[in-house]
Amino acid sequence: MKNSITYLYLFVITLNFSCAQDTENKANTAKDIPFSEELFIDGLQIPWGMAFLPDGSMLITEKSGTLIHFKDGKKTLVDNVPEVYVRGQGGLMDIFLHPDYENNGWLYMTYASKEGSEKGGHTALMRAKLKNNALYDNELLYKAGPNTTKGQHFGSRIAFDDEGYLYFSIGERGARDVNPQDITKDGGKIYRLNDNGSIPGDNPFVDAENAKTAIYSYGHRNPQGLIKHPVTGAIWEHEHGPRGGDEINIIKKGANYGWPVITYGINYSGTPITDKTEMEGMEQPNHYWVPSIAPSGMAFVTSDKYKNWKGSLLVGSLVFQYLERLTLEGTKVIHREKLLENKGRVRDVRQGPDGLIYVAVEGKGIYRLNPKQ
Amino acid sequence: MKHVRTITLLLLFGLGNLYAQETALKASMERGSEIYNDFCVACHMPTGEGIPFVFPPLANSDYLMQQRTASIKGVKFGQEGELVVNGETYNNTMASMGLEDGEIADVMNYILNSWGNSSNEMVTVEEVEAVTKD
Repeated sequence: MKNSITYLYLFVITLNFSCAQDTENKANTAKDIPFSEELFIDGLQIPWGMAFLPDGSMLITEKSGTLIHFKDGKKTLVDNVPEVYVRGQGGLMDIFLHPDYENNGWLYMTYASKEGSEKGGHTALMRAKLKNNALYDNELLYKAGPNTTKGQHFGSRIAFDDEGYLYFSIGERGARDVNPQDITKDGGKIYRLNDNGSIPGDNPFVDAENAKTAIYSYGHRNPQGLIKHPVTGAIWEHEHGPRGGDEINIIKKGANYGWPVITYGINYSGTPITDKTEMEGMEQPNHYWVPSIAPSGMAFVTSDKYKNWKGSLLVGSLVFQYLERLTLEGTKVIHREKLLENKGRVRDVRQGPDGLIYVAVEGKGIYRLNPKQ
Repeated sequence: MKHVRTITLLLLFGLGNLYAQETALKASMERGSEIYNDFCVACHMPTGEGIPFVFPPLANSDYLMQQRTASIKGVKFGQEGELVVNGETYNNTMASMGLEDGEIADVMNYILNSWGNSSNEMVTVEEVEAVTKD
């Protein structure tokens, strides 16, 4: 017993030491702040996702299950939103417009759903169109199973790549030793579908026995960030690790991202999960955060609105309650900076069609970052 | 003689009752610990210490021990706005976790009797049922 405590102690020391070596792994307080923030939409509880419509209005999902249409300074609730299983971290989650929304009108949403025979719920993906503040032509495109009453790790962000494929994430639903490493089970995966929900013929596991053929990559814990890189077109993801070990990954077809076999994190209780941070056949993260920031939402800055920001990656921190800006050199994180400190839990961040950054903060609403001249 | 028998019986009954309560509490706390480690641990931490200035502690929390009904209400319907715990003001949002009344009773019993906390009275499903939003 005494020995194991010593080992644990040494393990923690080593962990601390290896982080201390990692100069990139420290968030600095921002010096030159090129914006002043404005609470653009107030009175929201947990704004989980947001989308910008061509007419300049916005759609915002509230985790509690309501979809809000914000137009001309007014909030209207959208009708005919699917029934949502509100439990733990689950509820109404992401919203994303089809790249050709202006012509086809499809919007996509992820939510926790009770659909199915077992008690509990699991993540679902649907699409619908919007008219007169109501959804219509609702289609359920994917429903993970089996349901569980666990409250954790639903995912779930949506992204499209340049070829028009739809990607979305589902977390491992609190069953880390069951789901993430098993491609015949849902959860702990990034999925890829055609925009109508059918499964692309060249998905990596279409020929694997009993596999969930929508799976594109696996070995994930709880991804709540997913976005197409504006230059390379690659799909970038971030996910919540356990205590320590939140990750940014660049998603590769059929790849295994290692959870829970390899991780830079430890259990919430402080005990180790594994002593392995790498293994052959498993991907290393592009970046990892120790300590965990609890990342949610992800945006690349492509506009010139903010001085020296172009090409940066923005990520919300739930636990430390700030917006993080990561400066990249190629794909490597070379600097981290804290913005919007002490406003609240940052749930989502997007760049609007106007090139401005919009930040969803729990208990507050949507902040807009107005550039300083 | 008759008195002695009555007293003994009463004493046995009392002890039995106490024992039954103790086992019921233990079982409830055990279920509550599972709920806690699923729904609460990420913010309130494994030993209930919370995160300074962000998420209030549950261990040795004056709010939890003195505001029992308000605490149940917070777990049941969610909690928003300012909250003073051990002299520190917290201003955050806790969404309703969507727990069933029985699960709320269990997790309340767990947090009221862990990490140095101790409560004389067990939380029952009926008590949670009786807590309303307004």
